[in-house]
Amino acid sequence: MCQDPTRRAVILTALATGACLASSRSSVAEEDLPGSNERPQKADVLVFAEGERAGEEIKPQDLKAGGPPVRAWPKDPTTSVVRKGSRLNEVLVVKLDPAELDEETRSRAAGGVVAYSAICVHTGCPITAWVKAASGDKDVFKCVCHNSEYDPRQSAQVIFGPAPRRLPALPLVAGDGPLTVAAAFVGKVGAQQAR
Amino acid sequence: MALKQWLLAGFLVSTCLVSIAAAGPIENYSPVTAERLKNPEPGNWMHYRRTYDGQGYSPLDQINASNVKNLTPAWTFSTGVVEGHQAPPIINNGVMFVSTPEGQVIALNAKTGDEYWRYKRQLPEDLFQLHPTNRGVGLWQDKLYLATTDDHLVALDAKTGKVVWDTKVQDYKKGQYLTLMPLVVDGKVIVGGSGGEFGIRGYIVAYDADTGKELWRTFTIPGPGEPDHDTWSGDDWKTGGAPAWMTGTYDMDTRTIYWGTGNAAPWPGETHPGDNLYSTSVLALDPDSGKMKSYFQYHQNDSWDWDEVDAPMLIDLQRDGRTIKSLVHPGRNAIFWVLERKPEGIKYVAGWPFVYTNVWKSIDPNGKPIADPAHKPGIGKRVEFCPSLWGGKDWPSAAYSQKTGLVYVPANENFCGGFTGEKVPLVPGQLWLGTKPEDIGLTPRPGATHFGELQAWDPATGKKAWSHNFPKSQLFGSVTATAGDLVFVGGTNDRMFRAFHAKTGELLWEQKTNSGIVGMPIAYEVDGTQYIAVQAGWGVDAQRIQDALVGKVPGLENNVPQGGVVWVFAVKK
Repeated sequence: MCQDPTRRAVILTALATGACLASSRSSVAEEDLPGSNERPQKADVLVFAEGERAGEEIKPQDLKAGGPPVRAWPKDPTTSVVRKGSRLNEVLVVKLDPAELDEETRSRAAGGVVAYSAICVHTGCPITAWVKAASGDKDVFKCVCHNSEYDPRQSAQVIFGPAPRRLPALPLVAGDGPLTVAAAFVGKVGAQQAR
Repeated sequence: MALKQWLLAGFLVSTCLVSIAAAGPIENYSPVTAERLKNPEPGNWMHYRRTYDGQGYSPLDQINASNVKNLTPAWTFSTGVVEGHQAPPIINNGVMFVSTPEGQVIALNAKTGDEYWRYKRQLPEDLFQLHPTNRGVGLWQDKLYLATTDDHLVALDAKTGKVVWDTKVQDYKKGQYLTLMPLVVDGKVIVGGSGGEFGIRGYIVAYDADTGKELWRTFTIPGPGEPDHDTWSGDDWKTGGAPAWMTGTYDMDTRTIYWGTGNAAPWPGETHPGDNLYSTSVLALDPDSGKMKSYFQYHQNDSWDWDEVDAPMLIDLQRDGRTIKSLVHPGRNAIFWVLERKPEGIKYVAGWPFVYTNVWKSIDPNGKPIADPAHKPGIGKRVEFCPSLWGGKDWPSAAYSQKTGLVYVPANENFCGGFTGEKVPLVPGQLWLGTKPEDIGLTPRPGATHFGELQAWDPATGKKAWSHNFPKSQLFGSVTATAGDLVFVGGTNDRMFRAFHAKTGELLWEQKTNSGIVGMPIAYEVDGTQYIAVQAGWGVDAQRIQDALVGKVPGLENNVPQGGVVWVFAVKK
């Protein structure tokens, strides 16, 4: 699990909590709440998945332009159930320059904020790094298990490594309040088995 | 049939776990008995390394140094699966079983390549597969056994592929998983757990082959009140790793199984003070009870991620004027180990570096290697060490030829690496390395002329007989030797499968395949014809090494396509 150490390397969770590759965990009781296993749905809001603000709603102004991304869970605004019953619901949210986004990505963004599944579609590892791409000088999502890289500016298409397809995007609604889900994941989250 | 019923029937068929192809079902299957496992027919390959002693040696010699130049593909079979195909094809009297990543098993006619049946494990959608691979199926009577990455042990009917029993070993959501080929001894199916990077407590466990009932479980880290528990500090024993994720070997005479164990967790030794028994060790266990008879620890307080999981080969050596019933293990820690199986336990005989290392200053008379602190990773400081964390030889197995008396090692030379240790809290089910993954380095030694190196060593004398170097590639594949004076190995990034002369190291034959080969070659015979088989299918650590070397090695190929194919070769007549 190596890569060139001269690249600027950032562990997302290390930035948020100082904990390498950790993700927040909740009690079994919380994960068993009705709806906690369901995939993000339209009108869900996004909340921080970890760190001192874990559970708080995320607003665009909470994010630093150009990254790094933060990890998030969807939350049902009606029941206040955070959908962290399945790791497949975890989301990466990153604020980018809208001018860098391609048309499709821009259509799903809230301003420059885009959201994607945090689970690599290769073998289901979590995506944990925001690093310089293997080729090029832009920071991209990286799964350190098997080195797949995704460009969040281009619908998270695969730009390096064995991943077979892009990360599922989670369309967002532009507004002044918390980041809000506009529609379900575009595509299947998680790895797909061979047929 | 009404439309609704027809649709329902179609749905049920499409979700079935087993598919039956035109060639099936298998008829006249040869039940696998204890006697056949102890003394396998020359034409079969029913163990991980063909025989219990783990030598990886076939007595077949129809394909030999004289005619191997005429070796050509007899048939191929696409598995339809990507990632690292590491399993040896398992052969029982004309039936081949191959296992693949994602928990698939395919039964094939070993002569024609026609499919009998295919089992597809339906893995959980939320499974986190760090090592998406499988290393083979064990056989017993008319069943076979598959260990899965979602931490189940499954018994299948060898003739139909249907599930006989399915036992949950532990919880995959806590980083527990299985990748090894089960070892079957007298009706017991024995496996060990992977997951050293997830803060697990390693174990070896035996199940009844007929029922799936657990018979015994031996933890590789002793708990409170058990011998050697004091080699751990505080509660470190609960999460200290020492996984056991490769198939063990078995001494039939003394009824002892030998199992290799992995590194202590997390990686920096400062985070788990003490010698940390029984990490990075070989364990001698009673297969009936799991009781530990003896052990030898290859290095203490592991800090380099140097698993020593490849089980030692059992070889009778002539050394110093007597026969030594040895354990031979070319280690990930760069030391070629020769140990002795004595009635009172495992004893050190000799050890020497088989690749460059700057970590070990010496080995004391009891076989304890002395580390140079300057090359031992610690908290908050970046330390460089050689060989890299993939070691001098990783999990791919060496082989021993009973004809030449040589051990053939898939070695990696001139790779160094390093990382900065840090204390991090454990989150169950998440990686727990003790360093940032992005901080891990893989660095070619200045002036390196090559990296992969197929080595031939005389374990009796400690002398290297020959070596073949690969200038632009690692060597990351298991080796097999045959009585035809041949050594077969893939493992390089040029997608080649090669045969070498066992005595001289001369490259005699090579064939480019669809993908790179990290799988284990085998030899078998059907209807009087000898075949050589191997699974191509690049991935996992071989791929990681490639990615780590991008831009560092001019001319290095990093475009090895993935995709599994069973390749079977025969000499063109």
